[in-house]
Amino acid sequence: MALSNEEIKNKLTEKFGDTLTNFDEPYGMLSFEAPKDMNLKVLQFLYDEESLHFQFLTDLCAVHYPDDKGRELAVVYHLHNLVENVRIRFKVFTGIEKPDVFTATKLFSAANWMERETYDFFGVNFVGHPNLKRILNVEEMDYFPLRKEFPMEDQTRVDKDDEMFGRGGSII
Amino acid sequence: MRPVRFNIHPKEAVTSSAISVTEAPAGYTGDGFFTAKLSDVVGLARKNSIWPLPFATSCCGIEFMATAAAHYDLARFGAERMAFTPRQCDLLMVMGTIAKKMGPVLRQVYLQMAEPRWVLAVGACASSGGIFDSYSVLQGIDQIIPVDVYVPGCPPRPEAILDGFMKIQELVGQESIRRRNSTQYKALLDTYGIQ
Repeated sequence: MALSNEEIKNKLTEKFGDTLTNFDEPYGMLSFEAPKDMNLKVLQFLYDEESLHFQFLTDLCAVHYPDDKGRELAVVYHLHNLVENVRIRFKVFTGIEKPDVFTATKLFSAANWMERETYDFFGVNFVGHPNLKRILNVEEMDYFPLRKEFPMEDQTRVDKDDEMFGRGGSII
Repeated sequence: MRPVRFNIHPKEAVTSSAISVTEAPAGYTGDGFFTAKLSDVVGLARKNSIWPLPFATSCCGIEFMATAAAHYDLARFGAERMAFTPRQCDLLMVMGTIAKKMGPVLRQVYLQMAEPRWVLAVGACASSGGIFDSYSVLQGIDQIIPVDVYVPGCPPRPEAILDGFMKIQELVGQESIRRRNSTQYKALLDTYGIQ
């Protein structure tokens, strides 16, 4: 008796009502959106509920949508029910001015390094994280490189002529 | 000749042209003595007994493994003694992408090497950052340590690595014993902030 997306969705709306929005099933994987203050409540419910049992945090990352004013940063949680082999994903959105999101480290130890990485690249401030500092980039880095306003290329090089690489210059 | 004692038709190996003997440095030979410049003799000894320190971080390191293995055989150049201890090595071979976070590690390894020391940058990444024009990658190791020879290629074939190694040998053999005390060399190290 496999756990269907419909059942998961019904259980969630039964518990949280209209607060969870944007239910979708891209490539058959249930996705939805939660208000950012609710992220721990949703995680806890998905963890504790006997019939859902989403007890494995597969991935935690962020996405930057620079044009979406007031909700520029999305933090994405990927969860896995290892008993039924079902995966779901949910997002919380936060503004870039004050990117505070509650930490999931109390619930999942795996969230520790993933939240550090998300902080490292997007600057999401995980409130309550035990050790929120850079993990992959050099410690003296003073920006969050995966935010869209920062260029991918290394800015210290002077020997690269942009025109030769098809960016900038006169080539369109 | 096969390394077997029971060949029915033993074939004598022709070794006359297979073994090359290093030429003696220019000098004056007399009855029972030979004089030459000390720097020539020291250079000769050094260049044929280089101890490499492989600093292999990615695919160029795989090419280096082929270079050091039997087919290309770096041992022919007197460099079969790989060591992973910077204090005993002469040649730092940097092979592969150096991320900015790896930079201080590489620099420390270089600083731990004793003089005289040489550096070979193998491949596009070590020489210039290569295709990784990215915020996280060091754009050439010459930003943090001085480099003697660059080997181009992505990755370079073992022949190219051997060619770079022979260029290093040339440098080592011709270098004056005191070059590393010269003002020019000190000025070079000063630009890297190395004493």
